[in-house]
Amino acid sequence: MKNTQKLAIAGAVMALSMASTTVFAAARDYVSIVGSSTVYPFATVVAERFGKSTGNPTPKVESTGSGGGMKLFCAGVGTQHADITNASRRIKKSEFEMCQENGVKDIIEVQIGYDGIVVANSVDAPHMNLTRKDLYLALAAQVPGPDGKLIANPYKTWKEVNPTLPATKIEVLGPPPTSGTRDAFAELAMEGGAKKYADLATLRGSKDEAEIKSLMAKLGIPENAFNKKGKKVFKAVAHAIREDGHYIEAGENDNLIIQKLEANHAALGIFGFSFLDQNSDVVQGSTIEGVNPEFETIADKSYSISRPLFFYVKKAHIGVVPGIDGYLAEFTSEKAWGEDGYLAEKGMIPMPAALRTSIGADVINQKPMTADGL
Amino acid sequence: MTEIKRSHAETIQRSLSKRYRAEKRFRAYGMMAIALGLLCVALLFVDIIGKGHKAFLETSIQVDVTYDAEVLGITDLQNKQQVALADFQGLVKKALQKKFPDVSKRKEKRELFSLISSGAGYELRERLLRHPELMGQTETLWLIADDDVDTYYKSIGSKGGAFTGRTSELRQGWIDQLEQEGAIKLGFNTTFFTSGDSREPEQAGIWGAAMGSLFTLVVTLTLSFPIGVSAAVYLEEFAPKNRWTDLIEVNINNLAAVPSIIFGLLGLAIFINFFQVPRSVPLVGGLVLTLMTLPTIIISSRAAIKAVPPSIREAAIGVGASPMQVVLHHVLPLAMPGMLTGAIIGMAQALGETAPLLMIGMVAFIVDIPGGFTDPATVLPVQIFLWADSPERAFIEKTSAAIMVLLAFLIMMNTLAVVLRKKLERRW
Repeated sequence: MKNTQKLAIAGAVMALSMASTTVFAAARDYVSIVGSSTVYPFATVVAERFGKSTGNPTPKVESTGSGGGMKLFCAGVGTQHADITNASRRIKKSEFEMCQENGVKDIIEVQIGYDGIVVANSVDAPHMNLTRKDLYLALAAQVPGPDGKLIANPYKTWKEVNPTLPATKIEVLGPPPTSGTRDAFAELAMEGGAKKYADLATLRGSKDEAEIKSLMAKLGIPENAFNKKGKKVFKAVAHAIREDGHYIEAGENDNLIIQKLEANHAALGIFGFSFLDQNSDVVQGSTIEGVNPEFETIADKSYSISRPLFFYVKKAHIGVVPGIDGYLAEFTSEKAWGEDGYLAEKGMIPMPAALRTSIGADVINQKPMTADGL
Repeated sequence: MTEIKRSHAETIQRSLSKRYRAEKRFRAYGMMAIALGLLCVALLFVDIIGKGHKAFLETSIQVDVTYDAEVLGITDLQNKQQVALADFQGLVKKALQKKFPDVSKRKEKRELFSLISSGAGYELRERLLRHPELMGQTETLWLIADDDVDTYYKSIGSKGGAFTGRTSELRQGWIDQLEQEGAIKLGFNTTFFTSGDSREPEQAGIWGAAMGSLFTLVVTLTLSFPIGVSAAVYLEEFAPKNRWTDLIEVNINNLAAVPSIIFGLLGLAIFINFFQVPRSVPLVGGLVLTLMTLPTIIISSRAAIKAVPPSIREAAIGVGASPMQVVLHHVLPLAMPGMLTGAIIGMAQALGETAPLLMIGMVAFIVDIPGGFTDPATVLPVQIFLWADSPERAFIEKTSAAIMVLLAFLIMMNTLAVVLRKKLERRW
């Protein structure tokens, strides 16, 4: 009796789970998009316009962060998995391999434009003239000391970093480590600043074990940090941001950073260009290497802290989930990503026309990407 | 003797005033605590209403729109393909051009055309499809303004001066001109209550999120109330009192205090990964919130059942009722008001929850208004979170307005709980 009961229960559970699988996995008539919170404002505009103008269901866009999006995207093929993931950086080799392992073979990579990262303060505070080296010296956990060895960051005011800067306390509000903006800031600004030191620059380029070891000894980097690629050792040094209260993690909400800057005139904040664009009455962008963060300067790459934005499409889903091709066509149309397109209006910096044409052609041909160059 | 007595009376007299003072102080502390609480609530309301009240108004601009078949490129209104491709925004552009004929440079034209929202074209399409006889006609319409214009127009005359960050002097001039002609006005913002989310602040509304909340709560209520009440009835009326039931009781009380994000993770693992329920739908949201509200409902239901005096049960048994009849005919009806109060408070808690929904994909941009339990949806507090995170300036007031709507719902639900308790409560 007891056994049959157990069997019956087990059978019912199995039947239920199978039934639910078939019921739910059957159809999805809307495109499911996940990924970066930086690309989210742009992907959502395209999704909305696509839905409104074609009458198709509007794609669903989730903001999961670049890394979280990749995990969901690479989980497998089938309508329960996402069709498209947005990323504020290129797909990593490990992520590409994870995709391949889970059967996500053909991935179409689409670069959509650029985003600038700005360092800004209140309009009532003095305008800052910064270089990437200043940012590195002000924010890194370790900086080269007088004898060339790395020491814990001793700088307390901007004037100590660079005599031309005001003698205000270093106080920078920025995104937490989980954020793509933080990754990009570390890569573009911090690395850019660290490279200004000859030893660090050689370390970055070095692949010779003996040379790396001697440089590490010279810089005072502990031996357990050794890696065959000098670049990795360099990155570990350059990406480490100080944790002694001068850099304040302010969460992922950029509006919050702007409100805090408005209240605290001594502080600087790090956030995306579109937020500067929308709040130019309360915050001003600092010049980096003499260049102001503006639409034009980011587009022509003279502003140094800018990064490309991407999204990735699962080729196996095109034609299975309706609307993916339409969404792609909308995104890569001139009216969206062109120089006068509506994405530019939202603060995305468009790519040069030639690049747009070549990427657009790849999208039409649904050309899958390869792991080369990742 | 008499001396000592007097001194007793004196000490009492003296200590009396001291005790009165202590009494007064004690009351003052209590009042201060309440005043502090009220002050915080008042500050919250002043801040939210101050920021958000303008979101209930929207700026619109009056133009003469001609439904020109040539501009639209439509020969046959029945042809869906043609209608889908038609340039309805072109009609708006034509109308603005007519209003400001001396604007000719390309850059200036772009600025001119962006006076009116990009949603106006869709509005015209709907209108023309509903009234096909308008084709070729001209009519005077109020069209919603772009969010930059809206923010600028609302900020005119405010303390810090008008917000001109995204409105050039050229555009300000046009807005002045429209103002003098009486062709720009602030009206009640119906869009806010009737449409779903949008990336254009002037087209964004909370109806989609409200429907999502409704579907989610329906799932939560239909599951958690019966399950919670049955669990409570069994534990109170039938279960033997032993170590197992003690353990269950401790666990239920524990679950009520577990951070809600944990339920989100559980939901992700069970409902989405194992049962393959799709992400971002009210069904899965409701299931997760059921897990979260169950302990609250069980605990309050048990308290309500406990409050029914044993004499009622004994009397029922005395006239020959079976245990089931005792519960169904006597205990449950008497405990119902308390259970309902618990359920409503549980629902109010579920309505304000975002953290568990984060894990199951309900924190998403969804434009289409959900029509059922398996359509992708989001909920009110998530909508607030998403708007608070948006770069567009005009979303600040929308955020506060959405908070006001959510608060209104919460106050309504909690008032209902209080009223039910007052109305149906019985004292023995």
